[in-house]
Amino acid sequence: MLDFPRWKIASIIGVLLVGILLAIPSLMPESTARSIGLSWAPRINLGLDLAGGSHILLEADTADVAKMRLSTMEDTIRSEMRKESPQIQIGDISTANGALTFFVRDSSQLDAAVDKVRTLTAPVGSTGQRDWNVQVVDSTRIVMTPTQGGIDQFVDQAMTGAVDIVRKRIDALGTKEPTIVRQGTDRILVEVPGFSDPAELKALIGKTAKLEFKLVDTTADLAKAAAGQVPIGDEVLKMQTGAPIVVQRQAIITGTDLKRAQQSYDENNLASVAIDFNSRGARAFAETTQVNVGKPFAIILDDVVLSAPTIQTAILGGSASISGSFTPQSAQALAISLQSGALPIALKTVEERTVGPGLGADSIHAGVIASTIAVVAVIVFMFVTYGRFGVYANMAVIINVFVILGAMALLNATLTLPGIAGFVLTIGTAVDANVLINERIREERRRGRGVVQSVEMGYKEASRTIFEANVTHAIAAFIMLILGSGPVKGFAVVLLLGIATSVFTAVLFTRMMVALWLRRARPQAIHI
Amino acid sequence: MRLLKIVPDNTNIGFVALRRWAFGLTLFLSIGAVVLVGVRGLNFGVDFVGGLMIEAKFDHQAPLDDVRTKIDSLDVGEAQLQQFGDAQTVSIRLPLPASTDEGANNALVNKVEGALKAQYPTVVFNQVQAVGGKVSSELIRNGAIAVFLAIFGIALFGIFRFEWQFGVATFVSILHDVLMTFGFFALLRNYLEFDLNIVAAVLTIIGYSINDKIVIDDRIRENLRKYRQMPIGELIDLSVNETLPRTVMTSLTIILALASLLIFGGHVLRGFTAAMILGVIVGTYSSIYVSSSLLITLGIDKSRFKQMNQAVDKKKAARERAERIAPKP
Repeated sequence: MLDFPRWKIASIIGVLLVGILLAIPSLMPESTARSIGLSWAPRINLGLDLAGGSHILLEADTADVAKMRLSTMEDTIRSEMRKESPQIQIGDISTANGALTFFVRDSSQLDAAVDKVRTLTAPVGSTGQRDWNVQVVDSTRIVMTPTQGGIDQFVDQAMTGAVDIVRKRIDALGTKEPTIVRQGTDRILVEVPGFSDPAELKALIGKTAKLEFKLVDTTADLAKAAAGQVPIGDEVLKMQTGAPIVVQRQAIITGTDLKRAQQSYDENNLASVAIDFNSRGARAFAETTQVNVGKPFAIILDDVVLSAPTIQTAILGGSASISGSFTPQSAQALAISLQSGALPIALKTVEERTVGPGLGADSIHAGVIASTIAVVAVIVFMFVTYGRFGVYANMAVIINVFVILGAMALLNATLTLPGIAGFVLTIGTAVDANVLINERIREERRRGRGVVQSVEMGYKEASRTIFEANVTHAIAAFIMLILGSGPVKGFAVVLLLGIATSVFTAVLFTRMMVALWLRRARPQAIHI
Repeated sequence: MRLLKIVPDNTNIGFVALRRWAFGLTLFLSIGAVVLVGVRGLNFGVDFVGGLMIEAKFDHQAPLDDVRTKIDSLDVGEAQLQQFGDAQTVSIRLPLPASTDEGANNALVNKVEGALKAQYPTVVFNQVQAVGGKVSSELIRNGAIAVFLAIFGIALFGIFRFEWQFGVATFVSILHDVLMTFGFFALLRNYLEFDLNIVAAVLTIIGYSINDKIVIDDRIRENLRKYRQMPIGELIDLSVNETLPRTVMTSLTIILALASLLIFGGHVLRGFTAAMILGVIVGTYSSIYVSSSLLITLGIDKSRFKQMNQAVDKKKAARERAERIAPKP
């Protein structure tokens, strides 16, 4: 027991010192840390409930995906069948009931059509499944059903792209350290500390921002088209007012040909978005406008026609302006969204939590006061109960607080409000180890053992109990870490770290202190 | 200086003799808690039922009636007003709008905020939460899974590390602790909301309560080896009494720390801390009166320990023999 070699002492003190030093940068304001050249040092992040900010959970609209894939496939089938030589005549094409069906007019072409259709499907990963099932019904009709595997693969790829785009859009806000992570198969979690206007945030990330320029079909009969008789190669869209408009399916240019988008003002001094196209887009736009002077074209955002200006003269410069009842803010949000590219999949908000910066500051303040009082109360209580041994336990508790903070900084962990509660609880449970040890020493003394032997037995017997108790405690904390969300996770992190570090400080450190004291003072009796 | 001893030395309280009373009380309280939860229900937060919560802070006493009339006039569903914090702060709860449209939540928040802001220009919105139906049911499911996993995981640990009787006894007393917490929240449903944080509190209570029981179980196991002839009732009493100073000391320290959090920690954590303090109290009760006494009812198998002891003795004897043959240098 008394045998505590110098290297052991040095390493215990070394580890604790490193822990304490790591905690220091997190205890000062960030500006102070930077001004004394500590900006490289790891810091503890404050959770949204302490720093204030917005938490938004987005979910992909997977029902929309199936629909979108059907309509894309419909377009592909139409154009591919036309390209075949001899051309395969198809008709009665429909996307009802979640399947694409069409009729092959010449039954002798059926095999060719099926072969062509099969080449348009792709394998899903290495599952052996394909992304579309192709069937022939009544020997004239081809039925294509999107498979779940195909949809899942599409969603998976689309989500990866969506995360990047959401990140680009939020980075454009210039806020500090946003968190954008994919959760599960179809969700994205966005956390922006210090940003407490979720409306602005959602306007920015909720928009798909699919931009298309299409020619308006002025020859089409609007009433007939609205009733479902759409001319081949056309589609019916809605204006912002809700009025229908017939446009060509084929887009002149899309948002992918965009080079730059920025908020600006139009000739009427209303907020608008100025866009520049890349050379390919500019060429396509110039060619189309040259041959269509006098005809209107539609500017379409997320399948809504914002405006349909008439082409006065060929537009050769490759730039355009989008207007349509914008405020400067919404024009800015649209510019950012367009610049970042369209979301490959529609996202909707399923959860939103915002904490104002005022409440966060109040919570930190209250948390610090409560923790300080808790520490002082525990320290006094331990001292009056265990005297010198209580002092050692108290030193361990205080060091433990710093070491937990240091470990959190090192792991770049997030401190949440329940995390502060975790701290207070850890103070209580860290003391438990010392209570166990000290009570055991008392017991052994009562049984008449000598000083050194009592202390040794106390530590030895209690250590086993402490280990077992901490393992079970850690099981509960670990479950919270895995299944909990946000603030609860923060609580679990503190609890887990506290369990680990408290064993070190409460057992090893106090044991060292006691051993050093016993060796130096060689007391005949101990006051415990 | 005389040191404080909360529990006097060498207590000899007959806990085991009281066990029938304790079991009766425990059963009564547990059934009471279940009935309370059934009848009164829990005041679930938006985390678990979905909907909107807006916490508004006024620069004077919150005009509750006026706020209610104002929101009712917006026709956005039935608003629930609650005051968890100070008199200036009010939390407004609204059901989720029927529309599944992405903008619906946000429009609703804007509508309520706009109306209040027009009437009271100095009002500040401290917190806004909007949780959709799908997410809230997932949160409920995860919470329930977490609590069950924790109870079972720890009971399993008890079975492997000790004997099955220990695992079962711990399981029963922890179930009691959890039920008590639920009952407490049903009783105080007008003051305390049951949200995600409370699940964390329940898990912590489980962790703490286990901690307490393991310490006593550990001592029982130790004494089973030490006093092989002692009747089991006496042995459990001895173990509980021996660990009593530690049990009381630790519970008091933790309650001391938590009380400071309850009083000074702000209103956001109030439910969380209240749950934890209650948990520590019921956990201590069940450790002393329920889990260890239950071992007798479950009929702890002393013969198993005898076998274990014999195995330990054999090993010891073998080691001693080996040392005799080849003495250490």
